[in-house]
Amino acid sequence: MITRRSRLWVSAACASLGIAACGSASPGGSGGPAMLTKIGPGEGALNIIVWAGYAEAGQDDPTVDWVTPFQKQTGCKVNAKIANTSDEMVALMETGQYDGVSASGNATLRLMAGGTAAPINVNLLTNYADINPSLKDQPYNTYNGVHYGVPHGWGANLLMWRTDIVKPAPDSWGVVFDPNSPYKGKITAYDDPIYIADAALYLKATRPDLHITDPYELDTTQFNATVNLLKAQHTVIGTYWSDYTKEQSAFANADSVVGTTWQVIANLLLTDKNPTPVAVTVPKEGSTGWSDTWMMYSHAAHPNCMYLWMNWITSPAVQAQVAQWFGEAPANLKACDIIATTDPTFCATYHVGDAIYLHNLALWKVPLTNCGDSRGNVCKGYSDWLHAWTDIKG
Amino acid sequence: MSAGRLSTTRPTTRPTLTRRVARTLAQWPRIRVAALLAAPVGWLVVFYLGSLAVLFAAAFWHYDANITFTITKTFSFENFVALFSDPVYRSIAGRTVMIAALVTITDAVLAFPIAFVMGKLAGPKLRSVLGVLVLMPLWTSYLVKILAWRLILSDGGVLNWLLRPFHLSGPGFGEVAVYLVLSYIWLPYMILPLAAGFERVPTSLLEASTDLGARTWQTFRSVVLPLVFPALVAGSIFTFSLTLGDYIAVSQVSSTQFIGSVIYDNLGVVGDLPLAAAFATVPVLVMVVYLLLARRAGAFEAL
Repeated sequence: MITRRSRLWVSAACASLGIAACGSASPGGSGGPAMLTKIGPGEGALNIIVWAGYAEAGQDDPTVDWVTPFQKQTGCKVNAKIANTSDEMVALMETGQYDGVSASGNATLRLMAGGTAAPINVNLLTNYADINPSLKDQPYNTYNGVHYGVPHGWGANLLMWRTDIVKPAPDSWGVVFDPNSPYKGKITAYDDPIYIADAALYLKATRPDLHITDPYELDTTQFNATVNLLKAQHTVIGTYWSDYTKEQSAFANADSVVGTTWQVIANLLLTDKNPTPVAVTVPKEGSTGWSDTWMMYSHAAHPNCMYLWMNWITSPAVQAQVAQWFGEAPANLKACDIIATTDPTFCATYHVGDAIYLHNLALWKVPLTNCGDSRGNVCKGYSDWLHAWTDIKG
Repeated sequence: MSAGRLSTTRPTTRPTLTRRVARTLAQWPRIRVAALLAAPVGWLVVFYLGSLAVLFAAAFWHYDANITFTITKTFSFENFVALFSDPVYRSIAGRTVMIAALVTITDAVLAFPIAFVMGKLAGPKLRSVLGVLVLMPLWTSYLVKILAWRLILSDGGVLNWLLRPFHLSGPGFGEVAVYLVLSYIWLPYMILPLAAGFERVPTSLLEASTDLGARTWQTFRSVVLPLVFPALVAGSIFTFSLTLGDYIAVSQVSSTQFIGSVIYDNLGVVGDLPLAAAFATVPVLVMVVYLLLARRAGAFEAL
């Protein structure tokens, strides 16, 4: 509390003096405390920002609980705040009230570049050696050669539909982009600028004349075509969702019957006391996806607890629990041995260790003006994506 | 000198501190008023006007959403330029003001009869019963009421179930749903000032109007309406400004956007405080204009 307040005063003083250099915005996260060289005893508390389903303490299913044993073992009392979008995660991290976050690729770059995330000493992470090598040293967790976190798991954004209403079973994203859809008013989409990439991915497959190579690297022509597709889609959308409970109730009440989802939402619908008949698939055009990283705040109040948590959540046993509950590929490859004892096909279904599948998944990342290829600086940056998303919703 | 004499004269010769303060306050009414108002006015100036000033200053800053994802405190009009050059912000502002106006008109029409009964016809017992009925929804959380409306308007909801025998279906989620929900939620804020306004209309004037041969409609138009008009405007300030600022009901029962939705998305979700601050000046300006017009209509005497 004291550190937060003094930080506030410092930034207020900086603001009033107009000194640019005393901000904490220097890239690379310097200015924070020095990197830990050994994990000390826990500070007794841990405040983390998580995706729904990443910090279960038995609240959804009494048998699904990996937070309580962590608290018993380390004495760190976990306060988990569920965020609905990457933008929300970044905004919450910038409040300075949290020690860490399970950030996806479209948040991690902003956290690293903005100096909000702290460099991580991976030598202190006991499970780091067992992490899938395809997930290490990636642009979404390593910045200028410095590690900023430990991979958690990854997966695809899925197409979900009500099997009793949507017939035949769709195998293409076209079902949510058809302006004359019979399901008009019952289609849902993820309420975040990053959803523009989902439309771009569909156009990559269906409009070869646009030559879209990467749904996050869109030049003006490609971007405008994508935005137009989404504006047409807006006319058939019932409600957008970003709060997972909102999508859950919308499908349960048949206010939404088809749209994008996460596996965990389908699992919650199917295992509810009154199950809702839904199915999910990766459509033939492919999917956008995410690869999540546990990151620590550069001025974390409980750094030892955060390191202890990163060790805990990446251990094979906990990874197995999280992966099965959330429905994703665990980052720790040893988790598969444990999962196989109860579900032998799980790791094959989620393509764990399948580097080619992972490579073809359009993982969430921050769109930059630099296209990253021979086109140069002609792509639409995130600020254009933000404004376009307001535009699309009208 | 005896002790008895001293004790009787002390109050007049050596007044206690409390007494001196009391005397000063009695002699100087201005100091009295100032002392009473210092805390609340100070609060208003520092926290209300102060925060508004900070907000307005933030509207001129710059948010870099491409490289650093941080705010720089440099002065420019870029946020206002962005708001004026992109037609989507105009249409969002227009939609918000339009629905706020519709909600206000609807609430005025709905509130008129019940306020008339409460203010003029009902005896003290019925009046308090009606008062409780009007206030009751305000004792329930705003969010609970919105979620209840989600259940009513939902596809498998109560409204569609009621309409099914007639082969009709409800409006579903959308702008109509926003209008219905907000009209419902803000209705008490229109009824209460209007009922107070009716109470202040002297019954003798209505009788005089009838005695002089005016028909019911003429009495209403020429006597009642002008007298309760300030109260109507006072109520409309509540319904209009509350609708203007709403964004939660909007997100729960539609896929449309209000001014508040854009501010929330930019501030709470994206972190683009400067653009949010710039857009937040729009409802402030709309309300300033509205309040100036309301003052001309005498609404502030009716509050």
